[in-house]
Amino acid sequence: MTTAFTVERWTPASRVSFVVIAFVIAAMAAAPLMLRAGNLDRLTALFIYIMLAAMWNALAGYGGLVSIGQQMFFGLGAYFTVRLADFGMNPFASTIASAFIVGGIAWAVSYFMLHLKGGEFAIGMWVLAELTHLLINLDRLIQGETGTSLISMNGYEADSRRIAIYLFALAAMVLLLGILYALLRSKSGAAIQAIRDNEVAAISVGVDVIQTKRKLFVLAAFGIGLAGALWLCSALTFQPKTYFSVQWTAYMIFMVLVGGIGKFEGAIIGAVLFFLIETWFGASGVWYLIGLGLAAVIFSLYFPKGIWGAIEQRFGISLLPIGYKLIIQGDKK
Amino acid sequence: MLSNLIQAIFLGGYYAMMACGLSFMFSVMRIINLAHGSLAILSAYLLFVLASKFGINPFIGLLIIIPVMAAIGWLLQRRVLDRSARSGELLPVLTTFGLAIVLDNLMFQRFGADTRSLAPYIGDLSWDSYTLPGGLFIGKLQILILVTVIVVIGALQLFLKRTQLGRSIRATAMDPDTAGIVGIDAKRASAAAAAIAMATVALAGAFLGMRATFEPYSGGPQLLSAFEATVIGGLGSLWGTLAGGVILAVAQTLGASVHPQGFLLGGHVAFLLVLFFRLYRNREIVFAWLKRRQA
Repeated sequence: MTTAFTVERWTPASRVSFVVIAFVIAAMAAAPLMLRAGNLDRLTALFIYIMLAAMWNALAGYGGLVSIGQQMFFGLGAYFTVRLADFGMNPFASTIASAFIVGGIAWAVSYFMLHLKGGEFAIGMWVLAELTHLLINLDRLIQGETGTSLISMNGYEADSRRIAIYLFALAAMVLLLGILYALLRSKSGAAIQAIRDNEVAAISVGVDVIQTKRKLFVLAAFGIGLAGALWLCSALTFQPKTYFSVQWTAYMIFMVLVGGIGKFEGAIIGAVLFFLIETWFGASGVWYLIGLGLAAVIFSLYFPKGIWGAIEQRFGISLLPIGYKLIIQGDKK
Repeated sequence: MLSNLIQAIFLGGYYAMMACGLSFMFSVMRIINLAHGSLAILSAYLLFVLASKFGINPFIGLLIIIPVMAAIGWLLQRRVLDRSARSGELLPVLTTFGLAIVLDNLMFQRFGADTRSLAPYIGDLSWDSYTLPGGLFIGKLQILILVTVIVVIGALQLFLKRTQLGRSIRATAMDPDTAGIVGIDAKRASAAAAAIAMATVALAGAFLGMRATFEPYSGGPQLLSAFEATVIGGLGSLWGTLAGGVILAVAQTLGASVHPQGFLLGGHVAFLLVLFFRLYRNREIVFAWLKRRQA
């Protein structure tokens, strides 16, 4: 008795989705020609949300590292941008340099934070974020909680600046998602998914867990740092309290939990959903936050796989495949 | 300086009061409850409502609020954490974090942004103090807090050691499945532990309100200092938590004497140093063990 099977990575659906994605990116790149200024700013925010969700998902969904302190990297990304711009660096160049500095800090920090387990790591990161916030406040340039602004941005005319930031955010988002996607499909991607599914089993088949987690930790810090820097570019003012607020991590958790933790598509769906909810209900203040918290509780209890997880299970589709699919063609006797 | 140090020890007692519920829950359920701080603020608000609306002294109010919080703890464990822990050890972190956001914002919705305090409702106690030889002042409330935390921790230890329920909680903490085999209802034991933890949270919330002010979003900072005290003292050890609280407070006091903004910085730095030291030492042990295996 033999069983015939084929191994498949690309499905027809995923091929179509790739073409669609290419079109969507092209359309978004052309959007400044058509959209009004306010809408352009909103889309910039959406791109930043997608970056945040994808990076938190990379960390928690794939690396099994739930952190409540990712606002640390968001704040640092913005801080180093202000700092470097104050030294006379071009603000856009500062943004990129800042993301690399944040990645470097994460690399150093990973050497002891990654040894913490579960909840300890989660709150340990929060403590680290608070510590960083306090240290940043000591910088004279920041003037404590008063904050400062990215003054050198004024060198650009408002409309062209808006378009430049929009395109920059779009490029950053595509780049980050591309890096993550490539990483997940590479050899370390297999290791990452092994860790996600069962850490002990992954160790037993020879996966270097810490090294693999470090890659994700640094990538997530880099991406969130870049997101923070971009947020600063479009908001212009830097107040430590708003950037180092734990609310950012709360948003990330909401987006990923609702979209589908550990699913590449899930984080993106969660971010789009969060964006829509914020657009419609953001003005209702406290109740909006209560709703977000409640959604996080309900999803974590009853739908831990999120929206995309449910869709995937139901219809067996994968738009951006990172795994392989085994198709058994039936028994031949 | 001596005076500052003594104050720090008393402050450490308060931190330990806030932390012992967290530490207790962690040692039994392996869950770090991120809503811990918010629940303490909730009990402070409940006491505040009792005092301001019905004229009930907060100490009498505790007779009502401790059972209420214990019931909340029981329900939290049975309805929420049990279910959440089933789908992996990371989900409770997310669930309790979501719960903290809900609680914080509900309290903001209900009580507004004003800072509150229970101090006006406890008469002289909030400012009365003993004078020691050498001109040292020690607040009566601070002494009460330190004595309470020592009594609470001592009672918890005795309870764990001597009573049937305490033993079943300890068995559950070690291995819930095996505990089940020998006839212990692990879920019940966990729920009882959560109820006890929340009863201590009610006390912590009361002391927070008496010695300082609070507002709806005070839960986060309370959680962080409780967590730091717990980790410094060694996760899951109750007397360790008391020591951790004192170390944390001393580090903060030292920090404040170095720099005007150094109070919180000092605490965070102490926390990281302890973590760093512990990891380094563990690694030495692991290396030594590996070498012996190879030899």
